[in-house]
Amino acid sequence: MRYDVTLKIDYEYSQPTDNTRNLLRLLPGDIPGVQTIHDWTLALTPQPSEQAHFTDFFGNWVTSAVWHMPIEEVKIALNFQAERFPQSSLLSFATPLERMAQALAAQRGAHPGSPLHFTAPTRRAPLHAEMSAFARDQLRDGFSALDAVQAVGSALHAEMTYSAEATDVDTEAAEAFAARAGVCQDYSHIMIACLRGIGIPAGYVSGFLRTYPPPGKERLVGVDAMHAWVRAWVGPETGWIEFDPTNNQFAGADYITIGYGRDYDDIAPVRGTTRGWGSQKSEQSVDVAVVG
Amino acid sequence: MDKRTRSGAMSPLLGDYAPASGVADELFDRDGCMRPVWRPFIDMLTNLSETELRAKFERGRQYLRDAGVYFRQYSQDPLEEREWPLSDIPVLLHETEWSGICAGLSQRADLLESVMADLYGPARLLSDGHIPTQLITENPHWKRPMVGVVPRGGHYLHFLAFELGRSPDGSWLVLGDRTQAPSGAGFALENRMAMRRVFPEDYPRAHTLRVAGFFEAFRATLHRLATDNRSEPHQFGLLTPGRANDAFFEHLYIARYLGLLLLEGEDITVRDGQAMVRTIEGPVPLGLLWRRIDANFSDPLEFSPDSRIGVPGLMDAVRSGNLAMVNALGSGVLETRAMMAFMPRISELLSGAPLALPNIATWWCGDDANRVYVRDNLQRMLIAPALSVDLPFDNNSETVRGAEPELVDLLDHRAPDLVGQEAVSLSTTPAWVETDKGPRLAPCPMTIRVFAARTETGWSFMQGGYARIGPEGDATALAMQRGGSVADVLVIADRKVPEPTAPQATAPDGTGRRSVRTESGALPARAADNLFWLGRYIVRFEDAARLLRAYHLRLATTDTPDDAVLTQIAEYLEPMDIAVDEPIPRGLVQRLEAAHMCAAKVRDRFSVDGWFALTDLLKTVRQMTETAEAGDDAARAMSVLLRKTAGFAGIITENMYRFYGWRFLSIGRALERADTLAAILETFADPEAPDGALDTALEVADGTMSHRRRYALEPTHDTVIDLLAHDAGNPRSLLFQLREMQHLAEGLPGADRSARPTALVRELLPVRTGLEVGLPAETTTKALRQLRRALARMSDRLAEAHLR
Repeated sequence: MRYDVTLKIDYEYSQPTDNTRNLLRLLPGDIPGVQTIHDWTLALTPQPSEQAHFTDFFGNWVTSAVWHMPIEEVKIALNFQAERFPQSSLLSFATPLERMAQALAAQRGAHPGSPLHFTAPTRRAPLHAEMSAFARDQLRDGFSALDAVQAVGSALHAEMTYSAEATDVDTEAAEAFAARAGVCQDYSHIMIACLRGIGIPAGYVSGFLRTYPPPGKERLVGVDAMHAWVRAWVGPETGWIEFDPTNNQFAGADYITIGYGRDYDDIAPVRGTTRGWGSQKSEQSVDVAVVG
Repeated sequence: MDKRTRSGAMSPLLGDYAPASGVADELFDRDGCMRPVWRPFIDMLTNLSETELRAKFERGRQYLRDAGVYFRQYSQDPLEEREWPLSDIPVLLHETEWSGICAGLSQRADLLESVMADLYGPARLLSDGHIPTQLITENPHWKRPMVGVVPRGGHYLHFLAFELGRSPDGSWLVLGDRTQAPSGAGFALENRMAMRRVFPEDYPRAHTLRVAGFFEAFRATLHRLATDNRSEPHQFGLLTPGRANDAFFEHLYIARYLGLLLLEGEDITVRDGQAMVRTIEGPVPLGLLWRRIDANFSDPLEFSPDSRIGVPGLMDAVRSGNLAMVNALGSGVLETRAMMAFMPRISELLSGAPLALPNIATWWCGDDANRVYVRDNLQRMLIAPALSVDLPFDNNSETVRGAEPELVDLLDHRAPDLVGQEAVSLSTTPAWVETDKGPRLAPCPMTIRVFAARTETGWSFMQGGYARIGPEGDATALAMQRGGSVADVLVIADRKVPEPTAPQATAPDGTGRRSVRTESGALPARAADNLFWLGRYIVRFEDAARLLRAYHLRLATTDTPDDAVLTQIAEYLEPMDIAVDEPIPRGLVQRLEAAHMCAAKVRDRFSVDGWFALTDLLKTVRQMTETAEAGDDAARAMSVLLRKTAGFAGIITENMYRFYGWRFLSIGRALERADTLAAILETFADPEAPDGALDTALEVADGTMSHRRRYALEPTHDTVIDLLAHDAGNPRSLLFQLREMQHLAEGLPGADRSARPTALVRELLPVRTGLEVGLPAETTTKALRQLRRALARMSDRLAEAHLR
């Protein structure tokens, strides 16, 4: 499937701020066998005093942008073409859940793909007794780690109410879980915490999702949103799989991956600081159009 | 045993000094003989009376108080300062023993450097299974952004500390490695300064190896790292989390002692991968940071996003290879408790040699055999989280005794999260203990802290300086958690140690310490800003106190509650949140607190005396709020406060070196004084003001006497305005203060007398000239209002040019 993706994010500052410094994790990269990216353009307005790219530990593309002069707004415009390849069905060689600890203990080395980066609690996905208990409640005898991921993801989907009003970008997973409400970010953090709580390494995926218009309606441009879902390691044979708890499905051809992290902090689309006292507000629009 | 009794019999002080069996003692060796280094020292002690000894000890305490040595304990009030708990009795170690320790630690420091280089490089120790990978990947101190980054200067580690204890067989054990941002070295210097006052006698003084040379060598390292291979000069500084940190005094002290810039996160900005210090002259390049802030808080963009004390972009500067860090970000991972379990094998692996100085026996329970061993030997184990980075004997340490029953269960379920360590017994050393039967020397457990600095020729070690002393009676490492004191460690040579021969630059405070450098050139904008506001707040406080004194003096002599002058003063003060019905108004105290807060942030830039004068002033005013009563009593209280304020101002004008810092403080004072004078005249010399208002104006501006001398008649609008606005000979006149400001402003960077005046001076000149050529009658209330607006613009111009 080929896509033309456009993302616009506007930040407005209540008063001019100097030394605005942002790290953007917006540019998807090629992932062998999964996706390729072409013809990307990233425009930042006003023109930053400094702009550079580097890849972080997990291999994500990072754009560093610095404005030395006082600015009142930042406009980010990203456009790229993506090709997403269909995934082979998940014929399960996944490790039985009770053998996960052993499988993990056999892992060595700190290369970025190692599941061992994704076992420990993190700031946004801390170990939480109630979430662990919720995850345990979904388990059945003979489950593989893959079965567990699907069961926990589906159970969360059923348990939670999608609500953009219930939480904001800084809401803690525990709070969203207590309210049983939130958006993709909350769903993902809760699921990560749940999975780690039952010994399955899990991380956060940031990206885009193609959305379908209601039956009989035209597709509207710009109403899509950035998306987040979960990545879990289900054993040495199958390795990593991706599940979207917000939509109760494995991440397939409708998904375009920007990058991976242990939680939102590692892969936040925009991480920034400014020197100043004012507040800021932001708006974003996303359009994921199918090409051809 | 015989010998021990004999030597003990020399003095009641040592009468029942009895080290427990099964532990080593510093004073007596295993055969019960007093160790030779102690003998002359103990002889001297026992020849002194209790009174003489107490007088000696008091000299040390007095020194520490005078020098302002304090530390913080995190408690309810995070800014509460405690006296430094220096033990009166030092620990004495022979030079031979000490050099053995240093040789062992030198090997260990190199080993730590190799481990660090591997963990942030190829990580073979993980892929080859020498360190369990999860101890690193789950470790919050292993910083992923540092992976693959080559440190500027080629090394990760430059300044280390090691905590050591002596085991029962007399050998030394490493109990902990401090690799992130070790503290204590500054306190060690102060320990020594104090001890030299307590024991100035030839022995031990003349035989004691010096601690100061260590710092001079390390400063050379810092200088080299900051400036080598650079085309332009680079600053270097010490990055502190700020005054709420428990070791802030030490940061101040080291910065002052070594002439380093004391920097907080907001002093630094990063441009094009180059860290810069924001100074009064604009951004200047920064080549090195000695950080006393954990990596996690160092850059909100790449580490903890919550941090408000870091530098956005710091990691960028490190990644670009432009900023040397002491120590590299991510070095905290080496402090992980579980690492101790693997160090012996890693030593063999990397250097082909066993550890010269063993570390405390440690078992990581993630390994089955270890878990079983630890469980079977729980009684002689300390148990802690595997990833803990505290020391087993820190206050609030996470370490517990293996005997705790719930540990068995924990070991069965969370074994990989735990380490067991041998519950070592520490050696004991004599400490002065007060008992019902009088004071005596008692054996108390101790650990020593050894500081190491990288120099061009290898690791250099501070010669003694720092030990921790635990409470008597329990010689386990864990007992140290319950607090205790700190002692100097004297490394004793057989020969006399020559006094340093280098040309002596004696510190201006008269303590005789060698000052390596007094102040570096760059003045951070934040420091200048705090000094400027310190100047403003202190004058605001003073002027409010004068008005309150005038108020209470009048109150004491009038019985009309609706007296027009009283009402006018009250109305003048009210918008400043100063309520005259409180004898010492809360608003007055707040002004002083604001001044004190500014001063606290720049304590490295003015003298200990100045700091004490200000602290004393604050203490006094706080006490007065409890006791003062309206009328005469409050007026007298204000007089006391005014005298003390004058004392503080005197210290500044008489003693403060005329660096730029002094200039900003003085401009703040002059500007605020001019503004208050204008405000007073605007209100109290207004034609509509009630009878007696002119007297208030004179009183508040301290001009009653001068007015009587100069005019010999009742004050009129014109005479008061003449004296307080136009009279260049009166230090409390607008003109005087404006001239003063101009003079100060012309000495600021960027001001060149032959060129066009700076923005600040351009704002100032017309006002000054107006006062010089104008007549008192022209200085109307309206003109004064305009003048105050001009003063506000001057403050803005100063801030724009220097304080951003």
